[in-house]
Amino acid sequence: MTSKQNKWLFFPYFIWIGLFVFIPIGLLIYQSFIGLNGTFTISNFVTYFTSTTYLKMTAQSFLYAFIITLITLCISYPTAYFLTQTRRKDLWMLLLILPTWINVLLKAYAFIGLLSQQGSVNSFFDWIGVGRQQLLFTNASFLLVATYIEIPFMLLPIYNAIEEIHPSVIHASRDLGANTWETFKNVIFPLSLSGVRSGIQVVFIPSLSLFMLTRLIGGNRVITLGTAIEQHFLVTQNWGMGSTIGIVLIVLMILTMVLTSGRKKGVRKL
Amino acid sequence: MIKSKFSWANLYLIFIFVLLYVPILYLIFYSFNQAGTMNEFTGFTTEHYEALAGDTRLIRIALDTFRVALVSSLLATVIGTLGAIGIFFVRQRRTQSTILGLNNVLLVSPDVIIGASFLLLFTMAGFRLGFYSVLFSHIAFSIPIVVLMVLPKLQEMNTNMITAAKDLGANNWQVLKSVIIPSIKPGILAGYFMAFTYSIDDFAVTFFVTGNGFATLSVEIYSRARQGISLEINALSTILFIVALGLVSGYYFVQQQQRNRKRKLTDVDPTNHQKAVTP
Repeated sequence: MTSKQNKWLFFPYFIWIGLFVFIPIGLLIYQSFIGLNGTFTISNFVTYFTSTTYLKMTAQSFLYAFIITLITLCISYPTAYFLTQTRRKDLWMLLLILPTWINVLLKAYAFIGLLSQQGSVNSFFDWIGVGRQQLLFTNASFLLVATYIEIPFMLLPIYNAIEEIHPSVIHASRDLGANTWETFKNVIFPLSLSGVRSGIQVVFIPSLSLFMLTRLIGGNRVITLGTAIEQHFLVTQNWGMGSTIGIVLIVLMILTMVLTSGRKKGVRKL
Repeated sequence: MIKSKFSWANLYLIFIFVLLYVPILYLIFYSFNQAGTMNEFTGFTTEHYEALAGDTRLIRIALDTFRVALVSSLLATVIGTLGAIGIFFVRQRRTQSTILGLNNVLLVSPDVIIGASFLLLFTMAGFRLGFYSVLFSHIAFSIPIVVLMVLPKLQEMNTNMITAAKDLGANNWQVLKSVIIPSIKPGILAGYFMAFTYSIDDFAVTFFVTGNGFATLSVEIYSRARQGISLEINALSTILFIVALGLVSGYYFVQQQQRNRKRKLTDVDPTNHQKAVTP
């Protein structure tokens, strides 16, 4: 299969790797060293690391992503665990991840309706006597909607990890006298950590770079790294600075992946 | 004791289920509202659907979105499937994992990075932003998804079949066409579906490379949502929800069928030793 004739078939794929993986990243790195006047300089990085505004924004973005990931994890883990206990788990799982097939913009739009000044949530607050509140364009609403969008992405890897645990391990634990809680704590939870790790990866990294939610729901109160990049590229046209923030985001992404990767333990393969 | 614990679990699941669906059903419900807002339901009407049907701009954008999705996922499936076969037949383990690592770069990168770097690529190359820049970007981010869907099927494939086909005189093209492609077909189909839905749903990357003259549904919904509530978007979301439901059920139907066919095939598989030994 490695004859010359076949090499041609794989040609487009390798062209793709070159054109859309190597070159764009190279261009991003190159652009991050281009100042506003078009010369080669490290001033973008200097500006970034000496400006309290940029550093504060990065810290804030990190904090928000952390909170979003934490809340999503706290909601999704029990859901995934209970799902594996139900009888028609495949159907349930399908139903729970179906919302990811709906366009994110539409989900955000739904929350604009729900949380607006005259919206249903405020009508409910009025009715129970709390009174109307400013809900849309607050930090809390941003966290709420971001969490809502990310739940299925956290749910799926955790569910798969719990499903992968061989039933005989659980039977063995029960045979040795462990109750449900002990089995969960000492057997199921440690074995499902690989799913938790990949769940954190798929939620934390996009949360750092959310940019459309910050505007539609957060009302530009929350500036994430993603918003900053988008603003620099499409609004202020300062591509050099935008690329610099992009490089920072890539570094943070790699750090996250290294921190959450962890060694795979031999116990997993049974 | 066990029984009551289980009902709590079910209650929690139902709560999460309701939580995930409330916003979507809320949108659909108010798409029939006469009042034109998402607050008070004053009466049933289909006028927003009629407005949608008369909105030529939106219909053009919807058609463009589907065109991009269909073409990009098709091309991505072809390139990605061939790429996966290429990766599979790489002998050295290290080269293989390097290529796979490169393959996954676009999967793990945040959308903003992909969008910004593609924008850099297109402008530096002097490429005009519009339909083709969006199309190429969608092909680019769909290829790794297809590779990831096809590769496991290749690893499941019985490689003795290839040796057998070659022994029987098949050339490389015949091996590819009659042995490899049929055995990885479920993976290819899954890859196509995933690429299609990724393309339809993408907002961030498209937003960067779309330019002025061209828009997809996501970009259009974004610019309309910034202006406030318009029940036309609700009507649109109902239609998109039905399309998504159709796609998901179609996908699961196809997978189910593949699984059933596989089961039937293994029943008459001549390499199945039990059958071969005891006729």
